[in-house]
Amino acid sequence: MENTSAYQNDLNLKATELRLGLPGTTDEETAVPGVRNNKRPLQEVAAAADEKCGANGKSAPPSKAQIVGWPPVQSYRKNNLPAKKPETEAGIYVKVSMDGAPYLRKIDLRVYKGYSELLQALENMFKFTAGEYSEREGYKGSDYAPTYEDKDGDWMLAGDVPWQMFITSCKRLRIMKGSEARGLGYGTV
Amino acid sequence: MNYFPDEVLEHVFDFITSHKDRNSVSLVCKSWYKIEKFSRQKVFIGNCYSISPERLIARFPGLKSLTLKGKPHFADFNLVPDDWGGFLYPWIKAMAKSRIGLEELRLKRMVVSDESLELLSKSFPNFRSLVLVSCEGFSTDGLAAIAANCKLLRELDLQENEVEDHRGHWLSCFPETSTSLVSLNFACLKGEINLASLERLVARSPNLKSLRLNRAVPFDMLQKLLMRAPQLVDLGTGSYVHDPSSEAYNKLKAAIQSCNSIRSLSGFLEVAPRCMSAIYPICKNLTFLNLSYAAGLQSNELTNLIQHCRKLQRLWILDCIGDKGLGVVASTCKELQELRVFPSDPFDAGNAAVTEEGLVLVSAGCPKLNSLLYFCQQMTNAALITVAKNCFGAIVRSCKGLKRLSLSGLLTDQVFYYIGMYAKQLEMLSIAFAGDSDKGMLYVLNGCKKLRKLEIRDCPFGDAALLEDMGKYETMRSLWMSSCEVTLGACKTLAKKMPNLNVEIINESEQVEFNLDDRLKVDKMYLYRTVVGHRKDAPEFVWLL
Repeated sequence: MENTSAYQNDLNLKATELRLGLPGTTDEETAVPGVRNNKRPLQEVAAAADEKCGANGKSAPPSKAQIVGWPPVQSYRKNNLPAKKPETEAGIYVKVSMDGAPYLRKIDLRVYKGYSELLQALENMFKFTAGEYSEREGYKGSDYAPTYEDKDGDWMLAGDVPWQMFITSCKRLRIMKGSEARGLGYGTV
Repeated sequence: MNYFPDEVLEHVFDFITSHKDRNSVSLVCKSWYKIEKFSRQKVFIGNCYSISPERLIARFPGLKSLTLKGKPHFADFNLVPDDWGGFLYPWIKAMAKSRIGLEELRLKRMVVSDESLELLSKSFPNFRSLVLVSCEGFSTDGLAAIAANCKLLRELDLQENEVEDHRGHWLSCFPETSTSLVSLNFACLKGEINLASLERLVARSPNLKSLRLNRAVPFDMLQKLLMRAPQLVDLGTGSYVHDPSSEAYNKLKAAIQSCNSIRSLSGFLEVAPRCMSAIYPICKNLTFLNLSYAAGLQSNELTNLIQHCRKLQRLWILDCIGDKGLGVVASTCKELQELRVFPSDPFDAGNAAVTEEGLVLVSAGCPKLNSLLYFCQQMTNAALITVAKNCFGAIVRSCKGLKRLSLSGLLTDQVFYYIGMYAKQLEMLSIAFAGDSDKGMLYVLNGCKKLRKLEIRDCPFGDAALLEDMGKYETMRSLWMSSCEVTLGACKTLAKKMPNLNVEIINESEQVEFNLDDRLKVDKMYLYRTVVGHRKDAPEFVWLL
């Protein structure tokens, strides 16, 4: 092969260099003789996709190389590795204050699946009971009411809106006590 | 030799356990052959089509423990179509018919139907151990049959199988009298589990040493199970997500404190990073840690954990640990023998989190490293030589002890020259997208005397290499070549000249066999040695030459 001498000059280092990419992903311009180049490499495919994006003006996800079985990761593993989604999203940390408590706490709202879990956690943390929630009367049977400051800066009673809406709009939590809580319309205890 | 009574020889043979040694023993003389034949209990069959169930039973009527492997290795990467073969049922049927006293069955890449599991569960009263690895074709109904009918079951180990899940009642099928379980692994099941049944089962299994849960087992259940089974040696968690300030979390921390025997830890299929500190107390005893499915852990969380694992011998991890994280592994885990670093995103090759640097660090810090799986974007000669010098000797110069190797990329024939010259212990070689010419393949075939399995894809090896030394394939288990330069004519020639080989072509296109030109390049060829000729269960797309 005509390129043999070039390799020999190179002390054959290039010949033994390992690359885990596919042929064609190298920076070199000359193709290595004998190596099949009919498989389209990752970069070329991605570039083609980008060109399409430019022409259409909308973004299409870059398509990965369409080569079966590459990279050599077991299909079981490919199918079962959890996607880097919800579990790994950054936590939503908010401050929690309780009237009369000496210092505030911070909690990650993403850890809880709903209001009941959140309330239980708050009850454990601050040693109080929240009472029973109803849409009409709020938290009945307790001196305490869990409230939160929303994006508009208003103080809202926790529990009225759907959970997902709540965690994205909640800036901080405050467990109100006593007369202030009653002032929100809880009636007498 | 003939002066010993048979019973004495049999007793001596009991101490010979390796398959190779027992095979040698049976070749010495007729009398040894006969004694060995009837006393052989464990048989390993690396390719289920190399022999038939009937011949196996005739050869070893005392069979108690069978290992069977089916599909070629490249089936793991979707290169083998569905319905290719590897069916378990004929084996169970034949063994049941001949009243074989089967006790253990290990299967890899086989197609296992519910029907075969049910027949298995009813045909062998002493059956005690079922291990299924990378199998498919069954559902939880088949598992229910095993649970219900195998009264002496000790081990049910399901690793990375595709199982159709009909929900959790199979666990309830273990009778209340069943107390013999030692090992239970259902991590690969996707569906719900009857938690109460699980807890009762664990509670009545005092010998339980290994328990691997699936994702459906919640965090607070884990604590209850650990309280029931503090003697566990191997634990795979289910879902590991909870609020670290909760009561359940504190209970788990307490429960783990009493699990002093745990040496192997895996699972974390869903994970809340802040809960990991509960694990720290048992880290100092761990010898095997598998976090390769824990996509929710970042590099610093991983290193915080690993810093406690000074006795680790085997580590499976995702590449999000990063080079720095591998540096921590290198400085902490001085007993490390095996490292596997998997890509956290197999399709996004552009953002690999580890480079050759991480590997170099580990090779420098871990003197006992002997087994490596490492996915990274690129590796230079310099790095590989450093790694090789640090732990294996020089891969290129003297890979004397190497038994298994996978290579891909822009390699010329030179690399294969060195492999053929120095890798004398090599048993399994996988090559992809490499080589210049037939010479590359020939260097390997001629030089690697112990080669058992060779699998090649997308390399420029052709007929000359294939046909040069046809006898070589009778010394090997199998050869796979796909997307190479091999023609149909050469395959036919090989099949004709070597009656002890099955040469199979997998054809996924629409073309019909008899129309084809012998000069046509074959897309997928799989050949293997066999004593029973063509298999009877080949699907339409597999041509038996």
